[in-house]
Order: sequence, then C-alpha cells, then structure tokens
Amino acid sequence: MPMSAALPPLAITLPIAVGCVLLAAGRYLPRWAIDGLAMVGAVLGVALAALLMVATAHTRVITWLGGWQPRHGVTVGIVLVADRINSGAALLVAVLTAAALLFGWRYFEDVHAHYQALTLLFMAGMTGFALTGDLFDMFVFFELMGAAAYALAGLRIEEPESVQGGLSFGVVNSLGAYLCLMGIGLLYARTGQLGLAQIGAALAGKPADPLVLGGFALIATGWLVKAAAVPFHFWLADAHAVAPTPVCVLFSGVMAPLGVYGVGRVYWVIAHGVVADGAVRRMLLVLGVLTAVLGALMCFTQRHVKRLLAYSTIAHIGLFLIGLAALSPLGIAAAALYAAGHAGVKGALFLLTGILLSRHQTVDEFELYGRGTQHRFSGVLFVLGGLALAGLPPFGTGLGKALLEESGFGAGMTVLVIAVSAVTGAAVVRVGLRTYFGLGPRPSRESSAEETTGRQEQPEVEESLRRTPATMLAAVLLLLGGGLLVGVLPWVARSTGAAAVRFADQRGYLAQVLHGATSRLGDVPDTGWSAEGVALGLVSAALAAGLAALAVYARRLPGAVRIGARVVGRPVRPALISLHRLHSGHVGDYAAWLVVGAGAVAGLLALG
Amino acid sequence: MSWYPYCVAGWLVLAGIFGVVRSRDLIHTVICVSIAQSGTYVLLLSIGYQSGASAPIFGSSTPPSAPVVDPVVQAMALTDIVVSATVTALLLALVVQVAKRHGTIVPDELRALRG
Repeated sequence: MPMSAALPPLAITLPIAVGCVLLAAGRYLPRWAIDGLAMVGAVLGVALAALLMVATAHTRVITWLGGWQPRHGVTVGIVLVADRINSGAALLVAVLTAAALLFGWRYFEDVHAHYQALTLLFMAGMTGFALTGDLFDMFVFFELMGAAAYALAGLRIEEPESVQGGLSFGVVNSLGAYLCLMGIGLLYARTGQLGLAQIGAALAGKPADPLVLGGFALIATGWLVKAAAVPFHFWLADAHAVAPTPVCVLFSGVMAPLGVYGVGRVYWVIAHGVVADGAVRRMLLVLGVLTAVLGALMCFTQRHVKRLLAYSTIAHIGLFLIGLAALSPLGIAAAALYAAGHAGVKGALFLLTGILLSRHQTVDEFELYGRGTQHRFSGVLFVLGGLALAGLPPFGTGLGKALLEESGFGAGMTVLVIAVSAVTGAAVVRVGLRTYFGLGPRPSRESSAEETTGRQEQPEVEESLRRTPATMLAAVLLLLGGGLLVGVLPWVARSTGAAAVRFADQRGYLAQVLHGATSRLGDVPDTGWSAEGVALGLVSAALAAGLAALAVYARRLPGAVRIGARVVGRPVRPALISLHRLHSGHVGDYAAWLVVGAGAVAGLLALG
Repeated sequence: MSWYPYCVAGWLVLAGIFGVVRSRDLIHTVICVSIAQSGTYVLLLSIGYQSGASAPIFGSSTPPSAPVVDPVVQAMALTDIVVSATVTALLLALVVQVAKRHGTIVPDELRALRG
C-alpha cells in the first residue's frame, strides 16, 4: 500500500482527535492554548489536503479501510477514493476552517472551547463526506457535519433568533437526510452493495427501473437539501442570519457547495448511463435556474446584510447546479472553479460583515448607513468583493462564470448567468457604498412585517471594537487573496480541467477502485481565460456597479424617471412581497416545501 | 416478500413529515422527526428480511450454512439509531432554549426570522 493511501483517513480523523482533546481539556486550558491547538489541527488539515492534492495529480488515491482489498472485483470493504476534485474540496474545507478560527481568535470572549471543538468536528464531517467512496458513509458524514452545523448555528443560545434558526436548520436537514437514507436503502435492495463503485458496477449497462430511479431521486433530494436548491433553500438564509459570522464562512463557502458535489459524484459514478442523461439534465437545469433567479431576487431585496449574503450564496448554488447540468467535464470544471473562487470572496464578505457587527451591533443596511466611513480600507475590500461576486476578472468567480457561459447552453443561458451574478454583486456593492462611503440619501428606517432587519443584534464580542484586530483583517485578506489566486494562477485552471475529466470518467473510476487498473485520461478541455470571458466578466461587473449606483441614488433620480419606474414596478411589488411572505420562518412550511421539492425532483427525473 | 412492510415504511415517513408540517408544538415537531426516521428503520429491516431465516448470529443452533437475514441493513439501522439519538437530543435542547428565549413553543408564534 503506498504511503499516500494513509492521507485520506488521516485528514478525517485528525480534526476529530484534536476536537476531542479540546472538549476534554478545554476547561483547564487557557484561551490562547485552546485557539492555538485548534489552529494546529486546522493547519495540519491544510497540509494533509495539500499533500493529497499532490498525490492525486495523475491518479486516484484509494484506501481500503482495514486492508479489506477487493479480490477479483468482489469486496466487503469500505473505501475512501480521493481525486483532484474532492481533495480540492478537502483543501477548501481546511483553509476555510483555518480562516474561521483565525478570525475567531479574538472574536468570541467566552466559549469554553465549544466553538473550536465543534468547528473541527464540522471540518471532519465535511472532509469525510468529500473523500468517501461509499454511499452509506456519505450519509453518516452528512449527519456528522449536520449535527455539528446545527449546534454551531444555535451556538449563541441566549439569542432568540439563533436557537430558532438552528432548530429549523436541524429539522429540515434531518428530514432531507432520512429521504436520502431511504434512497440508499432502495439502491442497496437492488444491488446488495453500498460502495459507489460496487453499485455502479452492479447497475452498469441496464436502463433504470423505477426502483433505481426512485433511489436516485431520493438521494439527489437529500444532497440538494444540503445544497439549498430551491425549494429546499429556506433553512440556509435562517441559519446564516443567526450563525456566528466565522461559521457562515464555512456554511456558505463549502458546506452548501458540497451538496452539489454529492449530486455530481453520485450521478457520475452510479447514475451515468443508467438514468437517462436528458432527465438528469432537465432536473438540474430546472432547479438550477429557479435557484439562481430566486436567490438573486431575494438577495437584492434584503436589508439584513448576513441574509443578503446568504441569498447570494443560494443564487450561486443555482449557477453551480447549471454547471453540473452540462454533464460534461467543462461544466464540472466551471462549477469547481466557480465554487472555489466564490468560497474565498464570500468568506471575505462575511468576515467584513462580522467586523461591522462587532463594531456597530447591527447588520441592518439602513442602520449602517455612513457608519463605516472611518474604515475606507475595509470599504474598498467590501466593494471589491461585490464586484468579484459579479464576475470581475481575474477573480476565480469570474473564471468560473466565463467557463459556465462556454459550457454549451447558448446565448439565453449566458444572459441569465450575467444577470444573476450582476444582481447579487450589485446588492453587495450597494451595501458597501452606503455603509463605508455614505453615498446616496439616508434610507428611511421604517420596516415592514415581512422582513428581518438585523437591528439590535447581540454583538459577538463582549465590548465593541474600537480597532480591528490584525487577526481579523488577516483572515479577510487571506480569503479574498485566495479567491483571486484561483483565477490568476493558470496552473489551477489547467489542473481543474484535468481533474474534471477524471471526475467524469465513470469507467476509469470503477476499474481503478475495483480492479486497481489505471487508465489514460481523455481529452482535457481548455479551461483558461478567453477574450470573450474577460469581456463578459467586465460587462457583469459594470452592470453590478451601475445597478448598485441606481439603487443608492434611486431617490435622487429626476421625477419623471421615478414615476415611470413606479408604474413599471406596480405589478412587480406585490409579487415580491408574496415571495418574501413565502419565507415565513415557519418550520412546518419548510417541511411542506421539502415534500414538494422531492416530488418535483422525482417527477422531473421520471419524465424520461 | 410482501409489499406490506414497504408501505408501512413509506407511511411512517410521510406521517412524520405531515406531523412536522401541521405541528402546533415544537416538542411535537421533534417527535415527528423521530417518527419519520423510524420509517427508515422499517425500510432497512424489511430490505434485509428473509422468510424463515434466523438472526445473523452463528452458533450451535445456527450453523454457518443456515439462512440468516441480512446483517448489513441491521448495522445500518443501528448507526441510524445512534444518529437519531444525537439529533433528537440536540433538537430538544434547542427547543428548551426556544421556550426560554421566546416564551413559547408554538411555531406559529415564532416571528423572529422572515423574508
């Protein structure tokens, strides 16, 4: 067994071990030791994931736990299968965890090591979900990251919103997990296997019968709940609004995209060639477009900054799903690069919001108006983050967006992608311009009953900060710089292209896992910047800036234009209000939408 | 093998989710989540069931050649139960905090997060 085979299990168990030490010894250790130990765990995780990235450059790293190797393609063992895509996901998990812990260094005053230990368990759950090659293990790690995430969302138990958001999150995700488990049971009933490769080999070459189709639909539903695709997305905004800000970095940057990863992995190993391509593409496209449009609309009409960023994440999840729907290596590469760039940029934006919250005790855009004028540097970073979200080259988000537009959907999809990314970027730029630069007239502070304002939030630090600690700003710069590097380094784009080809190589996956055979890689698509991609990225960034300026200065427009806008807006307004009313914060409504969504996924797949 | 246990499993899951949808009490909500989960136990066990087979514990009364029910799904159900205990405890703890901070556990009266 090569040494590299030890890396995946180490990457999963190491954070659990450090987390357990923290839980056991947390009450006896001083604060700096707790933070330092947790940081050592996260940084070792970064190192292990980076080594795994190196080891998976030209092959997959396969670990049969307990040494239960297959004989003649038959095995009872449980397997971890690492390739460039999922070791990249593991690296993203570890880097974001390190950034969240770095930011939290001075952030929580009194936490008894619970925050650090839970964050490490959360990291272990996400790493395991990414690296495992076994369907039931995916479910177990899904639940591990779920349980850690519910606890992290409800961490500030003195706050009413926090516990309510944590509860909705827990209920909806648990129900999704149970539907997923039923799907796993159905596939086991058909094949007698739980390993992804074993199931794929057992199903290969036969068109799906209703049992297999139902199983795949239920599993996809489970992962899509985690991905927060419409109509499973309700929990995400609530969880982000209430979770401590560094935790939001992990939720938005990697937990929700891992749901998209799960759908992609299960499709490419199990369902490719079994479930009709047209059906899968239709299901992913319908959900992706709905998610992107609804996320963008809800994002632009928020004033609670953390919710605004959460809905922007939902919009981007829709774009990742569209990338997956291309069912091609280029689409996978687009989604992967987009997700990596998005994680860095969105993480930086959340951390900047966290600094605002600790300084001003509010995350209401209207209350924050002009309050950040002392901190122009943060303001520049915030606006830059907004433009990067809209696809400003050379950020990784811009590269992902450009590749998504080139994935062969046609001009209509290009327009949609530009519109969605520009609108979510514009919402962020608008907040930045108002908060840090005091542009435009002061917004009126009255609020309607159908929105969460984010006024009078409890600060997450004990005394409000006069000066931004260096650790906080370092974490922000680390994340924003990471988002930039994804787009700037040609090596990243090139190796993601090759990784996507290997991800989509079903025959190679089965042969290597079950028989140890290595295969040659097919043609690698070109995943670099094109002139058209750069131009369209600049167009959407310019659109975002224009839209933000329009929103900021709406009340200064000439009277005739304003009246015209009001006439056009008259039919739109009630529709927007009812859209907001749908997001009721009621856990029962969320469960009802879950059933509707599961039915929609199954129906779209069954149409053939 | 009859369809009956599969129907029971599906019914339990749907009844559990319906209970969450119509719930007027958060403790009821959490219990309904557990009911939905018990549907998955029934499904798993019925997948592994064989008529006339015994428990998968080999010994003097069950020689290795005797038919036994599938132990894999039983292990899965056991894992599932552990997960359920954790999640239920966590959700109930959150309900206790909701009761303390909101003064109510009626979902219709929780108004903190909307839009």
